[in-house]
Order: sequence, then C-alpha cells, then structure tokens
Amino acid sequence: MSARDEILGRIRAARPEGRVAVPREYRTVHAADTDLVGLLVDRLVDYRATVRRCGTDEVAATVAELLAGVPRLAVPPGVPEEWLAAYSGTVVRDGTPRPLTVADLDAPGLAVLTGCAVAVAQTGTLLLDAGPDQGRRLLSLVPDHHLCVVHTGQVVAGVPQALARLADPTRPLTLVSGPSATSDIELNRVEGVHGPRRLDVIVVDR
Amino acid sequence: MSGTGNIVARLPFPTAARNELADAQLRANLRRATHTIRDKRQRVVAEVSDWEALRVAGAAIKDDVLARLPELLEQFEAAATAAGATVHWARDSAEACAVVTELVRATGSTEVVKVKSMATQEIGLNEALARAGIAAVETDLAELIVQLADDTPSHILVPAIHYNRGQIRDIFARRMPGVDLAALTDEPAALAEAARRHLRAKFLSAKVAISGANFAVAETGTLAVVESEGNGRMCLTLPETLISVVGIEKIVPTFRDLEVFLQLLPRSSTGERMNPYTSLWTGVTPGDGPRTVHIVLVDNGRTDTLADSVGRQALRCIRCSACLNVCPVYERVGGHAYGSVYPGPIGAILSPQLTGAGANRTLPYASTLCGACFDACPVRINIPEVLVHLRQSGVDAERRRPSAERTAMRAMSWVMRDRRRYAAALRAARRGSAPLRLAAGRRGVVRRLPWPLSAWTASRDAPLPPQRTFREWWAARERDNTP
Repeated sequence: MSARDEILGRIRAARPEGRVAVPREYRTVHAADTDLVGLLVDRLVDYRATVRRCGTDEVAATVAELLAGVPRLAVPPGVPEEWLAAYSGTVVRDGTPRPLTVADLDAPGLAVLTGCAVAVAQTGTLLLDAGPDQGRRLLSLVPDHHLCVVHTGQVVAGVPQALARLADPTRPLTLVSGPSATSDIELNRVEGVHGPRRLDVIVVDR
Repeated sequence: MSGTGNIVARLPFPTAARNELADAQLRANLRRATHTIRDKRQRVVAEVSDWEALRVAGAAIKDDVLARLPELLEQFEAAATAAGATVHWARDSAEACAVVTELVRATGSTEVVKVKSMATQEIGLNEALARAGIAAVETDLAELIVQLADDTPSHILVPAIHYNRGQIRDIFARRMPGVDLAALTDEPAALAEAARRHLRAKFLSAKVAISGANFAVAETGTLAVVESEGNGRMCLTLPETLISVVGIEKIVPTFRDLEVFLQLLPRSSTGERMNPYTSLWTGVTPGDGPRTVHIVLVDNGRTDTLADSVGRQALRCIRCSACLNVCPVYERVGGHAYGSVYPGPIGAILSPQLTGAGANRTLPYASTLCGACFDACPVRINIPEVLVHLRQSGVDAERRRPSAERTAMRAMSWVMRDRRRYAAALRAARRGSAPLRLAAGRRGVVRRLPWPLSAWTASRDAPLPPQRTFREWWAARERDNTP
C-alpha cells in the first residue's frame, strides 16, 4: 500500500466522529471613529520604521527626502512615474529592459520603492501581494533599504479585514511588520538581520 | 505507526533533569529569557479585547480539522498540485528523510539552506542529509548558534535560549568561518551582523532550500511560514527548488482561518503584535520564486495520537512555545532534559504520544500540574488533563506487574477503611516518627526517609504526623466544653 493510502486509512480509523462548529465571536469589524492611520503610524514607529505622512501632491518630494544620498533605486514595473519625479539618482525598473537579478539587487547603495496591497493598523503590518506596484518578492527582500508607499484608503483595522481585502490569496504574499529583526539572543528584539535593515513608510492622505 | 526520530528521550526525565539542574549558569539564562518573554506576551495579549474568542475559535478550527483530516488533506493535495507543487507522503521519519534526500540528490546539489522547522528537527533530517553527503545550513540565528556549537535545540521558538550573549559570542568566535573578530562583541546587534555576513553568500547562491510550514491551507494549497529575520524569505524566494516538510496536522480548512492564527501565533510566541515577516505561497508562480516546489506530508506518530480521544488535542498545537515560557519546571531544567525536540509542557504530552508507549514514559511526570500552560495556550490545549490521562494510561499498562507503591497503597487503603485501625495507625506513626522530629526542623517535614520509604522522599518532602490529630483535638474540646 502507498504511504498516502496507508496514512489516509489510519486517519479514517482514528479520527473523532462528527463535525465541529467554529464559533467566530472575535472582532471582524471595528468602530468607525478609530483613528486607524494614527494607530498604524504608532505601531510602525514602535517597530523602528521611519514614517512620513504627506498629501498626494507631496509623494515625490517625500520619496526624494527619504532617499537623500541613495544613488540607485529599484522599482517594480507598476510604480508610478510621479513618485519618482523629484528623485535625483538612477532608477532601475524590474523588467525594463530585463528582470533584475539577485546580484543587481545586492549591490551596495541600492534601495527599493514599492507600494502595498493593504496595511493593518493594529499590528503595523504591510501586505504585499505581488501587485504591479509591488512586483516580485525578491525586490523587497534583497536590498538593505525598503521604502513603501501606503495610501490611507488601504489601511484597515485588523488582520481579518486585511485578508478579506486581498484580490487573490494564491499570489505570493509577504506580510512585513517593521525592519528585519530577531529575538534569538536572550529573547530581546534586535533590528537588522537578513531582510532590509531600514524600512521607511510614506503614508499618503487621500 | 509509532513516530521515530529526535523525539525519543535517551534518559528518564528525573535523571536528565538532575544533570541539567547542576548547571547554575543554565538556570540563570533560562530564568532571564523566560521572564522577558512572559512579560512581553502578557502585555500584547492584554491589548487584544477579543483574545478569548480568538482562542476558542482557534481550538475549534483545529478540532474541525482533526474531524475532517482525510478530506482536507486530499483537498490540499489537489489544490497544491493544481498550482504546480508536487506532494509526497511519508509514514515516519525514515521515510520522510529518504524522500527529501532523494529530491535533493536529483538536483545535484550537495548543500541546502534551511528555514527553521520543527518537523525537520523531529525527523532528524540534517543528520540524514549529512549521511548522504549533503550539508544542511541552518539559517535562523538561533539554529545557526546551536549548529555551530554542535549542540541540540532546547526551546521550540528560540533553540539557543540556554546561551547568553557572552556564550554566543564565544561560539561565533571559535566556530564561524571567516568571522571578523575585531567587530565581534557580545552586543546582540554585532552578533546579528556577524550572522548576516556569514549567511549572505549562501542565500544568494543556494540552489535548494528546505522549510517547514506553520500552516497549510486546504482550500487553496497555500503554505505559510512565520518568521522574524528574513532568512525564511531568502530561502523561500531565491533558490530554484523548495522542499517543505509539513506535519499532517498543520492543515487549516480555509484561507480565512489564517485570520485567527496570524493573530494568536505572534503574540503567543515572541510576544509581538506581529512577527516581522510572514510568507505565503501557493505552488509555483512563474518568474517569482522557486521553479520547483515539493511538499512532504509527514505522519510520524500523528495518526496514533489522533486515535486517543483525550490526547488528540495535542495535535492542535501551533508550536508557539508560550507553555514553555510559563512552566516552572521548564524554567529550571531547560529543554534538553526532555530529550525530545518538543520540550516543556507540550513536549511532555506530545513526545510520548508520537512515540507510543514505552519510550518517553517518564515525560508525563515532568510537571507540577499547576495549569499555567493551559492558561497560556492560544489553542486551549488542556495540557494538565492530558498529563493526568497519560499518567493513568501508564499506570494501567503496568497493572499486572507487582509494584511496591501499589502494595503500600493497598495496605494504606485497608488501614483507612476503618476508623479504629486508622486512629491506631496514626498513634503508631507518631511514636515511630518521634526520633525524626529533631531532624525535621520547624517546618515539620522530612526530606529523606530511611529505606524503603526513601523511594517516596526521592522526589518530595514527607510531612511528619501531627502531634495531635483533628479528632483528638475535637474530642478534647468537647470534654472541656461539657459543663
């Protein structure tokens, strides 16, 4: 008998009888008067991310300010040109003319700019779902400096609302909550291991 | 079929615990670390007003999974296969290791990078790969520390919890190839930087990665890995081939169910509102991540555990390790005393059930039954209940064999069944214990009784019989009050 059939047979013989009802009395909606954007900013700062808030017409200036001294910037195919208008360094766009390689992205002095799909206020989490302004997973992973643009309309209260908003859960998903960190030494959080050590977030009011 | 691998204790718990207790540095490290994490967990759990509702939902989702496991596994297999993954099944650790070894061999690689995974620890995958000439590089910081030290993990979440920063610095200085000794201090930031430099080249050149999975979604065929450092993302994204070893109980029915566990797990494990990185992937995505994706579903004693109506709740476990951090026994003896990759309260009920009767029979006694683990468990596993149940099963299994304890208890029961016999026995005990009273001190307890009663005091103090029993006091009071 194959391992598959044997295991499934053993489970059928061992499992409990009957169905189990799942009570879902936890919160999936939140009071409308909560300042979600304020909460998100507070959580991000707590993770030691750098946060800027600005209006829609100030995105380019804020990007340029946060990237002062950064010579090269990688962007996914769908990042709008207007975000880059004030940046004076070199922009390399993934896929134009060719997909960026790991070596391209590992070059010193390179940052990456992406958007996000949705942001969770309570946990300070940015969800990337490989949409056009987020691109392939390695873009936001290999460079040491990740700059992420969040629109206030993308901010939801909790994890349930965020997962419900995803267009297609089978796309590669990455949940980012602050810069790379570890708690492995005496169980204290230390920022900066293998992922980007610097995370900047621009929250755009609209 | 019984589980095998790194879940079988070589020493009985009391012997192993005695060895570990002799290490004062270990106890100091453990105390410091477990108290740090305990306080953090309490703070972030307190801010979630619906925590109890989330626990109840988490427990029910897992119970539902156990009731529908064959259908859900088939659904997962179909969805993952449709998304481009190849699903394999393994009855036990040897079979799982053989499947993975063969898959790695087929790629021609002799080195793989690994994401921290309890399932691969459990089946002893690194050792099996090494025998096949394949080097497995652990990329989680704590796993790397343990691997460099040639040691074994002592905690589910933080395998190197038994080392403090000074000891970690020494391990890196001695064992990490090419480490920059001038920059290496015992500051956690400097240690993390050394790990980053050491592993970066490996990540960027690795062809094969091996991971576990925290959750496997039946509906979509999606796997999830929850981590902190970004080593997981590196392994899950950059290599050409990804092999994930997943216990069959890691299934959740729907993608929506993750909304419960992604709230419960980070707050319970690292005491954070959310861990820095969570990756979810479904089969192969062209142009993004590995081109070949394998999933190995492992039984290794889980179906045996499922057959026990009381013990099966252990299969709800999401490996957060909150129960270890609150356990007064774990805090003192550490993880190695449990002899399994699953230490602490959850290990005391999981390891003996995975391996079946025989191995690990002392583990259900590695507890004071204080109940702190049940309170901390995000999926409401009633660990004390299962501990008592396993102790009971252990005793039942031995019933036909003679035992001094049972003979003593039987004699005690005869004495206590009759009031006069009991009073006479108490008087005799008081007279008999008079010489011990001097040794007992003010607390009125004896720490070591002479043989054969020494068996009783080997692991507990014995109180001396009182100078006057309640009945004697009551009778005297009645006499005095009678006019």
